[in-house]
Amino acid sequence: MSILVNKDTRLLVQGITGREGLFHTEQMVAYGTNVVGGVTPGKGGQWAAGVPVFDTVVKAVSATEANTSIIYVPARFAPDAILEAVDAGIKLIICITEGLPTLDMITVRAYIDGRDVRLIGPNCPGVITPNEAKVGIMPGHIHIPGNVGIVSRSGTLTYEVVAALTERGIGQSTAVGIGGDPIIGSTFIDVLKLFEKDNDTEQVVMIGEIGGTDEEKAAEYIRDHMTKPVTGFIAGKTAPPGKRMGHAGAIISGGTGTAAEKMAALEAAGVRVANQPAEIAEIVAALAGE
Amino acid sequence: MNLHEYQSKRVFARYGVPIPNGDVATTPVEAREVAKVLGGPVVVKAQVLVGGRGKAGGIKVAQTPDEAEEKADAILGMDIKGLVVGKVLVDQAADIRDEIYLGLVIDRAKRRVVLMGSSEGGVDIEEVAASTPEKIIKIAIDPFIGFRPYQALEMALELCIPAELTRSFTKIASGLYDAFMASDASLAEINPLVVTGNGKLLAVDGKMVIDDNAIFRQPALSDLRDLVDEDPYEAEARRYGLSYVKLDGQIGCMVNGAGLSMATMDMIKLFGGSPANFLDVGGGATADRVAAALRIILSDSNVNAVLFNIFGGITRCDEVARGILAALEELETPVPMVVRLVGTNEEEGRAILADAQMETAATLAEAARKVVAVAKTAQEGSVQ
Repeated sequence: MSILVNKDTRLLVQGITGREGLFHTEQMVAYGTNVVGGVTPGKGGQWAAGVPVFDTVVKAVSATEANTSIIYVPARFAPDAILEAVDAGIKLIICITEGLPTLDMITVRAYIDGRDVRLIGPNCPGVITPNEAKVGIMPGHIHIPGNVGIVSRSGTLTYEVVAALTERGIGQSTAVGIGGDPIIGSTFIDVLKLFEKDNDTEQVVMIGEIGGTDEEKAAEYIRDHMTKPVTGFIAGKTAPPGKRMGHAGAIISGGTGTAAEKMAALEAAGVRVANQPAEIAEIVAALAGE
Repeated sequence: MNLHEYQSKRVFARYGVPIPNGDVATTPVEAREVAKVLGGPVVVKAQVLVGGRGKAGGIKVAQTPDEAEEKADAILGMDIKGLVVGKVLVDQAADIRDEIYLGLVIDRAKRRVVLMGSSEGGVDIEEVAASTPEKIIKIAIDPFIGFRPYQALEMALELCIPAELTRSFTKIASGLYDAFMASDASLAEINPLVVTGNGKLLAVDGKMVIDDNAIFRQPALSDLRDLVDEDPYEAEARRYGLSYVKLDGQIGCMVNGAGLSMATMDMIKLFGGSPANFLDVGGGATADRVAAALRIILSDSNVNAVLFNIFGGITRCDEVARGILAALEELETPVPMVVRLVGTNEEEGRAILADAQMETAATLAEAARKVVAVAKTAQEGSVQ
């Protein structure tokens, strides 16, 4: 097992003919992901990266039985692309696009809540289950299959941690990038729940950063409901208050969202918190009994 | 993007929120003219994008046009928390009976726009939130039905607004919500909303923050962006699509990815150094973006060493290396640099930089330790 994506994933790429969309579709296909089609309005009937292109998600789903979609369309069209996928019956939507207006995301999230659909992102690197499916923009070759689940608000920092684990021969069940925006489809808790239930996941690495209170809430969940060990890391100890650190959601405002608060909350919940990224792999290795 | 007080209040006024009569002045003489037209006592207020203007002496009452000129002369050019005052707002002074706080924010945990009110107006609302959270009333707004009159009434009752002002309060709260939504704001606040001596409501001070992700559909607001108040290098970085935040330290950093950038700054600190900036060159960084980023980092005269930390995924290390070389060619006084390139095309990238006399590192920890060491040497060299 694993979570979210695997060999049964039938992937649709929204925005497949764009520069980013096409490049990453080729990469995903090369990795072995089962990409069944793409969507670009006005380009239905064409082919891209070896798969058929459709005008709408509905048409693509009826022709390909896609169950998952990944979104690369530009920010101003991305909220619409998510809603279109929801209405077409896609069960897992992964939005890579960065820069969606926050008010649009409030509406999108409210529309999704209560429906049988899961959104990952936006502004995220995607999800990978090593050797089964890469649904995102992460470098596939740094991952190997194994029993460590990873959930993170960051992209490259996650690659850094994954590479360190792989170097030690420690594989990953699934790595999930939940995204750096203030309003996202799935939070730490949503993904932790999946890892807790997953038979292939023996322990979890959680990589957070400044801004918001999602890590604090996750800490409460871990304390009350997680049986599997969790190793944590928080980026942004040196970030000044009131400044957005790259990610739209990475901002300390009104005195909340500091790294110190998040680290304290996680430690209080029994999470081993690494002081620097390299320590994460060390802690995980020790927990794995190596 | 932050709007000035006068800009925020003008937006509010367009949506039916009553604001004091007044106008902006950039010279003392202009301030005098505005005061003369308004008649009676006025308030001269520094227009800078920072809190605590009053405590810093940036807000003063003047009884006559002569006095307004005098106060404006004192305030214009004043340095408030590092920002030089270039404009003052001259407003008719309000007769204040009571002060209320009314604001709209995005509540990340609730994933809703939330109306916040407090009868403790006029003061720093964050202080009220920290010391007496029970004095802040919050009403979450459903995005599908929007803000409703019953919610305004609920807020009015909680804030003990006099019955005869309920209708006016409802109009103001609804207007503030309409202004917030139409402007793609992430914050819109009236602080204080004043009950005047003759029983009227008046938005005496206002603040708005616009969501940077929505600026593309807010052309009128993006034109208001005040370049004078913005760090020129942060503005330059934005033109290149780079995310840059200037800090106080000596070690410049160029990293791909926001999380890794923050982690890199933290590592520099952990090893006893001090980061000069946050800079995310982004995914798929091209040579000219890297060159622009390096120029921006080195334009900070505090920088005495630079650390490059690139984890190649979409970003290709050879492309980054070419950008570094291109930038080095046009720079006159390069500082010592430490480079860590790993991931896609790392061999090619290292080969390109082989002749550039830069220190290299294999891990983030090694890179941080080396850059802190060269920065210390550089500092000692400049002291001697």
